[in-house]
Amino acid sequence: MGKTGSVRGLLGIQDLPRTEIEAILERAKFFQTPQQRGTALTGRMIVNLFFEASTRTRVSFEIAARRLGADAISITASGSSVSKGESLVDTLATLAAMRPDAIVMRHAASGAPHFLARHLDIPIINAGDGTHEHPTQALLDARTILDHRPTLEGLRVAIIGDLAHSRVARSNIHLLSKFGASIVLCGPPTLLPKEMAQLAPGVTLTHDIREAIAGADVVMMLRVQLERQHEAPIAHSEYFGFFGLRAEHIPLAKNDVLVMHPGPINRGHEIASEVADSKQSVILNQVENGIAVRMAVLERVTAGGAA
Amino acid sequence: MAKLLIKGGRVIDPASGLDRVTDVLIANSIVRKVGDNQHAPEAETIDATGLVVAPGFIDMHVHLREPGFVHAETIETGARAAAAGGFTTICCMPNTSPVNDSALVTRYIIERAQRDAVVNVFPIGAITKGSQGEELASIGGMKRAGIVAISDDGRPVMNSRVMRRAMETAAALDLPVIDHCEDLNLSAGGDMHEALRCVELGLRGIPSCSEDVMVARDIILAEVTGARFHVAHLSTRGAVDMVKQAKQRGLPVTCEVSPHHFTLCDSEIVPYDSNFKMRPPIRCTHDVDACLEGIIDGTVDALATDHAPHAGSEKMQEFEKCPFGILGLETAIGLSFARLVNNGLIPLKRMIELYTTGPANILKLNRGTLQAGSPGDVTILDPRRTWHYELAKSASKSRNSPFDGWQFQGGPTHTIVSGKVVWRAS
Repeated sequence: MGKTGSVRGLLGIQDLPRTEIEAILERAKFFQTPQQRGTALTGRMIVNLFFEASTRTRVSFEIAARRLGADAISITASGSSVSKGESLVDTLATLAAMRPDAIVMRHAASGAPHFLARHLDIPIINAGDGTHEHPTQALLDARTILDHRPTLEGLRVAIIGDLAHSRVARSNIHLLSKFGASIVLCGPPTLLPKEMAQLAPGVTLTHDIREAIAGADVVMMLRVQLERQHEAPIAHSEYFGFFGLRAEHIPLAKNDVLVMHPGPINRGHEIASEVADSKQSVILNQVENGIAVRMAVLERVTAGGAA
Repeated sequence: MAKLLIKGGRVIDPASGLDRVTDVLIANSIVRKVGDNQHAPEAETIDATGLVVAPGFIDMHVHLREPGFVHAETIETGARAAAAGGFTTICCMPNTSPVNDSALVTRYIIERAQRDAVVNVFPIGAITKGSQGEELASIGGMKRAGIVAISDDGRPVMNSRVMRRAMETAAALDLPVIDHCEDLNLSAGGDMHEALRCVELGLRGIPSCSEDVMVARDIILAEVTGARFHVAHLSTRGAVDMVKQAKQRGLPVTCEVSPHHFTLCDSEIVPYDSNFKMRPPIRCTHDVDACLEGIIDGTVDALATDHAPHAGSEKMQEFEKCPFGILGLETAIGLSFARLVNNGLIPLKRMIELYTTGPANILKLNRGTLQAGSPGDVTILDPRRTWHYELAKSASKSRNSPFDGWQFQGGPTHTIVSGKVVWRAS
């Protein structure tokens, strides 16, 4: 998979060809049946290396690996040599010496997996790097949309919230753009750098949530990532009033609008509780699809990186 | 009495306006005579036919890491890298450990340099104690010990009141104040130039305005205090414009640009490769073009490398954890030929000026010329020589450069310090 022959694994959506994405989404559809198991990874070892706390992504990758017959080992930073001051390269080189078939990696620093991919010979799957990319999230979001729509082309997708710090948004923007969707980004000015309009074709920006939602096929809500900021970009008490998704907004969108959220959700901050639980919400379908998509990714990566 | 005769080269000495083929005789460490048909049978002779003979090049902005960080560089290795890059004089920034904020440290550096360095080393003293930005360093004592400027390079003085006091002190001592102009609140957490590429890579930005507001502040304070103010490694269009205006108003404001800032733009950096990480960051073409314009129109007074060695292990980390800075001494002349001279932007004479009289005048070094009686420092250049930069063979102790393997046309062939050849191209 990867852009160049030397990089195997899955580092991001930006450089992933559309055909590759289609192949993964198609294979993920096959894995959607919960009883669907595989033997593709029997005897293989997958290391989940999480330098940043995560429950859903880590568990999702673990389940995906096990359903394919692999041995999955999860390591979190707090319990590892990282806390003893070992450098990132040394930690990874040590793990690589144990010859896993792939390393699934989550890291708080943008580009950490890209940096390691240049120094190690083992396929790396990016499970989220800083504020850069989260490719499997975009793939599972696309899978979820395609469960309800025949195609991504021509869809109007609103992504609302903390765009600046969102790796989910970046991966989704690249993926949706490759398939001809039009993407409206909406958030407070500080969390929506104007340069984002040039990230990919078909992207527009607004600071008005009503404008963003008008006629939308899909509304993706994002959490405000306070942990990645120096100061609150907008008074906490004002956020929901200006950028929170509420029931009154839903009629502005298409009748069959899909409401999505990568989680974890903050009810009453970026999304009203009743909207998160409404019939338009596909938030739990996203979680479910995460396993199928990650099975498809693991299978492809360990099969030798098809592209 | 040791003599060195450099025969038949094209001698370019911007200070005297000389530009013709002639001979240079150095005796007893001093330029004795520049003139035709000189004979000195007892002298060591260099045939400079086809070469350019220039005053010794000066790099007014380097980091030598000694004392304190000798795993990355020492005065000895940094000086050898300077010689290999065609520089006869370097000025070292005070961010060592301990910081050069007292006469004691200044004297230590000067003594070390006299013992270990193959080129001239002039220390730059800190503005504040420990470069903490609060209490003024012992500027008078350091001046007496031999500093040529003050700067808290890398840790700019944020408190405008402290900067005002520093400028008042420096003005009285006739020392220039060199500022790394960066508002640390505006650039906090930043790793690269704030623009599309940075947003795309999910990195935090160092905006151009973080440089501009400090250049503006410092120009205002320079005017109030009468101090000579010098902008280190200027990188933005806004800063170029402000320095230009200040000069038009007759203020003693000068600036330098680093070769990597006129060579690279942010769209060319290799993602997450720390060899492209420095402060100020590689900017966009809008800013790069402004730097080039400033070099052409005279707004820029000097070129300086900001040579910043870091040991390999420091660069083998997450991009946001890696320290800022790259090597510069050995590639500066090659990059200057490539981006300024070979493409006709400036004549060779102007390039020489930017490395000789430019920095010498800012720091009042009393060198940077080949007039009789000047120190016998000479850089011989071959504008046609093709060579490539082989980082693995660098004289520096560190290996952090984005220019490994670059091909160049034009470079130094001899570095001569006080009449002694300290480096020659192989």
